Amino acid sequence: MSAKNPVVDQIRHDLTHNDVVLYMKGTPAFPQCGFSAAVVQVLNHMGVKFKAVDVLTDPSLREGIKQYSNWPTLPQLYIKNQFIGGCDIVREMFQTGELQDTLQKNGVETAATV
Amino acid sequence: MPIEQTRLERMIRDGIPGADVRIEDLRGDGDHYTAHVTSPAFRGLSRVQQHQLVYAALKGIVGKELHALSVHTALPETVGNTNR
Repeated sequence: MSAKNPVVDQIRHDLTHNDVVLYMKGTPAFPQCGFSAAVVQVLNHMGVKFKAVDVLTDPSLREGIKQYSNWPTLPQLYIKNQFIGGCDIVREMFQTGELQDTLQKNGVETAATV
Repeated sequence: MPIEQTRLERMIRDGIPGADVRIEDLRGDGDHYTAHVTSPAFRGLSRVQQHQLVYAALKGIVGKELHALSVHTALPETVGNTNR
C-alpha cells in the first residue's frame, strides 16, 4: 500500500498519538456488534482510557485497518502502536491477567494501578 | 452468508495439517462459529500469529462470506492436563 494512502496516514497518526486505540463497529456508548461491545466492556471494567474509532463511518478505514494489521475482523485493539488482537484474544488476555501486565508494562493507567 | 461446518473444518485441517479442529455452530445458523484449533504448528508463535494461521487456512472467507468466527488456539500439551 502506498505511503501516500490517507487512510494509512490516519491510522498511523491515531496509533502514535494514543496509548490505547480500539477500532470498532459503532461507539463505546452504542456498539453495533457484540464483539466490539465485549472489548469495550473489558476496557471499561479495567478503567482504561482509550480512543475508539468507529469504522462504520468510513468504508475505506474499515478495509484499511484490516490490511494494516493483516487481520480480517473487527474489533482490533492496539496498545502503544502494537496490535494486540481481536475480541477472543483480548478476552483471553483479560482472564489470564496478561492484558493488565501488557498495559502496565507500557505505562498505561488502569483502575488497578496503585 | 452461511457456510457448512464440515467445509470450515476441512479448510482448517487442510491449511494446518495435523491440527485437531473442533467447530461449534453457536446459533445454528451457519454464520456464527467458534473454532477450537489445537496444533503443534502454533509453538513459538504469538496469539495473533496463531490466529493468523487459522485465518490463512480459511483463505479470506472470514470477515467476508463468514461473519463471525471466534477462534481459540492451543498447543497440544496445554489441552486437558489430566493425562499427565
